[in-house]
This record gives sequence, C-alpha cells and structure tokens, in this order.
Amino acid sequence: MNFAAQLPVLPVIIPLVLAPFAMLMPNGRAPHAWATFVSWLTFAACAFLLAAVNDAGVISYQLGDWAPPLGIEYRVDLANALVLFLVSGIAAVVFPFAYASVRLEIDERQSSFFYCALLICLTGLLGVTITGDAFNVFVFLEISSLSAYALIAMGARRDRRALTAAFNYLIMGTIGATFFVIGVGLLYQATGTLNMADLHDRLLGQSNRVVDAGFAFIVVGIGLKLAMFPMHLWLPGAYTYAPSAVSAFLAATATKVAVYVLIRFIDTVFGFQFEFLGAAFTWVFLPLGLAGMFIASLVAVFQDDIKRMLAYSSVGQIGYMLLGISFGTVEGLSASLVHMFNHALMKGALFMAVACVVLRAGSHSIQAFAGLSKRMPYTTWAFIISGLSLVGVPLTVGFVSKWYLLQASFAAGFWYAGFLIVASSLIAVLYIGRIVELMLLREPAEEGPYAIPAKDAPLSMLIPMWFLVAMNVYFGLNTELTGGIANRAAEALMVMAGAGAP
Amino acid sequence: MESWTEFVIARYNYWIVIVLMMIGLYTVFARGNLVKKIVGLNIFQTSVFIFYITIGKVAGGTAPIYIGDELYHGDGHGDGHGDEPHGAAADHGADAGASLHAKIENDLGANDLKAAANDLTLDEGVIAGEGGHDAASLHTAPDDAAKIANEQLIDAGKSASQGFDIAADAAHGAVEAAAYHSEVIYTNPLPHVLILTAIVVGVAGTAVGLALAVRIREAYGTIEEDELEAMDNVAEFGAAAEATGTRG
Repeated sequence: MNFAAQLPVLPVIIPLVLAPFAMLMPNGRAPHAWATFVSWLTFAACAFLLAAVNDAGVISYQLGDWAPPLGIEYRVDLANALVLFLVSGIAAVVFPFAYASVRLEIDERQSSFFYCALLICLTGLLGVTITGDAFNVFVFLEISSLSAYALIAMGARRDRRALTAAFNYLIMGTIGATFFVIGVGLLYQATGTLNMADLHDRLLGQSNRVVDAGFAFIVVGIGLKLAMFPMHLWLPGAYTYAPSAVSAFLAATATKVAVYVLIRFIDTVFGFQFEFLGAAFTWVFLPLGLAGMFIASLVAVFQDDIKRMLAYSSVGQIGYMLLGISFGTVEGLSASLVHMFNHALMKGALFMAVACVVLRAGSHSIQAFAGLSKRMPYTTWAFIISGLSLVGVPLTVGFVSKWYLLQASFAAGFWYAGFLIVASSLIAVLYIGRIVELMLLREPAEEGPYAIPAKDAPLSMLIPMWFLVAMNVYFGLNTELTGGIANRAAEALMVMAGAGAP
Repeated sequence: MESWTEFVIARYNYWIVIVLMMIGLYTVFARGNLVKKIVGLNIFQTSVFIFYITIGKVAGGTAPIYIGDELYHGDGHGDGHGDEPHGAAADHGADAGASLHAKIENDLGANDLKAAANDLTLDEGVIAGEGGHDAASLHTAPDDAAKIANEQLIDAGKSASQGFDIAADAAHGAVEAAAYHSEVIYTNPLPHVLILTAIVVGVAGTAVGLALAVRIREAYGTIEEDELEAMDNVAEFGAAAEATGTRG
C-alpha cells in the first residue's frame, strides 16, 4: 500500500482508531502519554498533507474507492489543509500541557475516559474539516460535539455549574446540528447529491425557495455551532466551567472549525451565483459581525471571571471573522482565514495561562490575578504577550489579523467597518488592560483564598504555553505561512465560488 | 377553494413534519424540566427523520430491497395468479353450468386474453429474455388469468356484457402485474441510510443528555431549570461572600 496515497485519510483514521486504546489503559500517566503521542502523529500527518497540497494542489481521496458523486470524498485544498494544520497543531501543544492541569481538575478515575474523549473530539474536528461530503460534515460535527459535551461536564469536580453549562451546550448544539441536517436535506431535495463540488455544479442557476430555505437552515445551524453573535449563549458557560485544558483546546479549535464550515458552504457549495448570498452578506453577516465585535467585547469588560471574559472575547473575535467573510472579496476571505489561525494561537495561549493560574490559585476569578507577576512571572508574561496579541499590537499575530482586515475593509469600500475594527480593538485594550494592571501593579494577597504560593507552573505546562506564545510572535513577524497560504486559499475558494462581485 | 384543500392534503406528510418540528422546538424552549427538554429535542429530530424519508419517496416505488430476477418472476406468475385460482376455479366450475362458461370465454374473453398474452410475451421478451423457465411461466400466466376471469364471471352473474368488463379487467391486471415486476421502481435508499446515521447520532445525543440530567440531579437535587438557575445564582454570590472567611 502506498503511504502517500493514503495520506489524506490519516488525520481522521489515526486519532479515531487509536483513541479507544486510551480508554483501556490504567488511569494516570499512561493515557495522557498515549494521547500526546497520537496528537503528535496526527500533527505530522497534517503537516505532510499541508506540504503536499502546497506543492501539488488539491488532493482528492475516495473513501473505499467509491467515485466522488456517489461515494464520500475527502477533498483537501489549501483552505482546509491550513485548518487541519492549525487544529492538529493546537492539539499537539495542548495535549502535553494538559497533564498537570487535568490531574488537579478531574477525578483520577476518569482520566482514561477523559483522554479518549479528547482524542475523539480531535477526530471529529479534523473530520469536519477534511471531508468533501455535506452529510459527512454533520456526522463529524456531532462526533466532536458529543465528546465536547462530555469533556465540559467533567469540569463538575471543581464546579457543578459545568453540568448545566454542558447541558445547555448540548441542547443548543443539537438544535444547531439538526438545523444543519434540515438544510442539507433541502439541498439534497433540490439537487440529488451530497458531494460539495457536485452540489455547487447542480445549484448553479437554481434560485428557488427550497435552496433559499436550505441556505437559511444551514447558516443558522452552523451559526449556533460557531457562536455567531446572538446565538452564542452556550459558549461563555461552556468555556468557563470546562476543565482549563479543555477550554484551551476548544476555544482554539471548535469555533474555528465551524467558521471554516461556514466559509466552505458559502464559497464552495453556494457560490456567488446564488442570489440570496449578497443579501445574507449585507443583512446578516456584516451587522451580526459588527454587533458581536462590540457587544460581546463590551460584555467582556465587565466580567469578574477571567475564563468568562476570554469566552466573551472569543464571541467578539468571531465577529471579525464574519466581517471578513461578509466583504465577499478575496482580501476579506483571506483576512478571515488569517484571523482564524491567529486567534487560535492567542486564545490558546491565553486559556493556557489561565490554566496555570488555576493550578496554583485554584480559581479563575479576577482576584486570583492580583499581583500575579510577583508570584508567577512566566505565566504573567505569557498572558501579557498573548493579551497584547489579542489587542493587535505590532509584532504579534493580532496585528497581522487586524492589518489584513483593515486592508480588506478599505479595499471592499467599507471604510466605516475599518473604523469600527479599530474602535472595537480599543475595547480589547480595556478588558486586557484591566487584567494587566492587576497583575503588574497590585500587591498579591498575602492571605485569604487568593493567596498564591510564589511558585510558577510546572515545566510541563510552561513549555507548551511559551511555545504557543512564541508562535504568536513568530507568525506576527513571518506572515509567509499564514498570510501567503491564506491568500492563495482564499483565491482558490473565490475561483470556485465563481469570483466577481456577490 | 378546491385547489387550496388539495394543496394542503396532497402534502400531508410535510404538515406532519412541520407540526412535529414545532411541537418539539416548543417543548425544548418552554419546558423547564431537563428530561422534557430532551424529549422535545427527540420529537424535533424525529420530524427531520420523517422529512428525509419523505424526500426519498418515489411515486409507485417499493422498499429499496433488491430481489434477484428469478424471485420476482416466480412471485408474479406463480404465487399471485397460479395456485389459488386453480383450486377456486375448479370448485366453481363444478357448481356452475359448463356451457355458459365455455361460451363466454370463446365469444368475448378469449380474444382479449390472447391480446394480453401477446403483450406479455413482448414485455417478457424484452426484459427477461431467458430460456425455458420464462417461457413456461409465460404460458401459465394467460391460462391462469383466464381462469380467474371465468371464476369471476360465474360469481358475478350471467350477463355477457358484464362478463366482458371483468374479463378485460382481469387480463389488464395480469399485464400490469407483469410490467410491474419486470421494471421495479424503488424508493431512493440514500435518505434512509442517511437517516439511519442521524438516528444513531440522535440516540447518542439523547444518551449523553440523559446522563447529564442524572449527574445534575446528583449534584443539585433537582432537574427543574428555574431551581437550578436560582441555585447557581446563590452559588455565585455565596462564593463571593465566603471568600473572605473560609480558606484563610
């Protein structure tokens, strides 16, 4: 069997097949080591895949040798190769990081189940990204969501509110997934196919209520999954009460994958020939993106729980991605892809820093951060650098994102959107600045529940965290990988979408 | 007015889908009990299952189960028209007058049946095109059909015109049956397969949801959303109040 020919299926097969072994292992260190090993293997496969796609162009893999319109096709182009690289990369960094944090926050007896669920969640996210079949997206979306519900609920050992948060996420996530299925069903009714490329061909020139309704159901369904602004209510609770390592993993990957699915459906499946799309851009994505940027960011300023604050900030950042999509231009789309990648880096690092604080202070309340620089200097500076990145300070990835977004908004003629991007970044200065002030200038509590021993997080956590922080700076200086690939990916998507004005 | 009612009635399956969907969603949103929410979610998903099955339906189609060639030839000719009428016709033949029977058959029925037999030969020839087995069944088909016709004639009455109608019907039925079995229309199997997958996903979701409800009851002692929310609020303010005293 030719290894290279089977490469596209490996990112899904490796974690899927190897995950159950984690469950069979004795609790403790073994399942963690296994999950880390598997995540690295997966990352290697994704990196090879990105390199292959970068050289050779689109790769199509036919599962079981069934030809595409009938069989399930894995179709890897630059856009999803980039997302695969991102998701598996975050997994490869967060999984080794998780050990100390998980040992504190999760019942020892559940650890083998925990790592198994984590690997299955990774499988689902990668599967959603790689597949070229509309119904397959639903199946993998539910694989990742179901395991995510379980992972979030495991935070119940520290705070029982994790249970209600997971339950709310389950209700909204299932409604979202079911809406998505209804949409796919309507498209199937109109075209008789489920393959995305084939759907695109057969939807060309079709303009009727069935397709319009299918589009609406799909947008609402994915909107629930990606926490599009008014449908974000599950997200703050889920990220706040999940085990810290899970928060770091999900915040950096789950919503990004959903954004990718939205882009895939807009550009590959529907395309700009679809008349409804222009209206959706102008009246749905643009206003909701802007509203998310401002309202969610403003809400973040007033949170007393750091994880909840970061979660609201995530909702705001998703607004930037929607804004980029809504321009309907190559620049806008590549800005969205770049921001997707960069936001994963910064949010991952920020949630990891919070996980370190939780490990020592036992709390993610804002009071635990007072005077942190004197107690945990490495964690503090990791938080500050990735926080600056979130604000969009030059030399960090956040700046690159904002720069691309600004260029895109001016190029598309939405100058006021450019102004609003800058204005909303100032809100980020407020909520990050508030924490930075607290960490650097306050005196740490000497006694009381928030008194922290002057001892930084263990190296097993510091190294992955600082690696991610370094990536925040590296990709801020070297935009070749993200900017270059995202740009070409966006161009390819636009060609497929039938370029030109929406 | 007629067209309006027809519009509604002709799409009755879609109305079922819509009504179930709304009931399900309403239950999810309006009920405070977590288990009821899960049940509402299930009703909502069931409506989608029915929707997919509706998509797959092809008018006149059968269940998408493939049966080999021999099997449905045997079904069409042997079982349907062969065995039962034989016995029945014999009984009735004994009761009724043989002369009337023969006369009607010769005058009216036979011509029609011969035409039917020709049709059958054509159909079968095109589609099956096999050797002896098919030929044999072809010969039995018109014979049997004639017997049914006769039997029905005797039962119904002695009028010749009536006899013609029924004989024609029977012959027509035989032709249709042959055509039907030679060119089977299936409903679309793909939506069925998709929805089997979706059912599995739905069951898994229900299981996780109910498991969470059990854990919530263990942790809170209730599964009513209002009470849970109240307890969470107390916990939030309580934690802030306790913060000063307990741990130091």
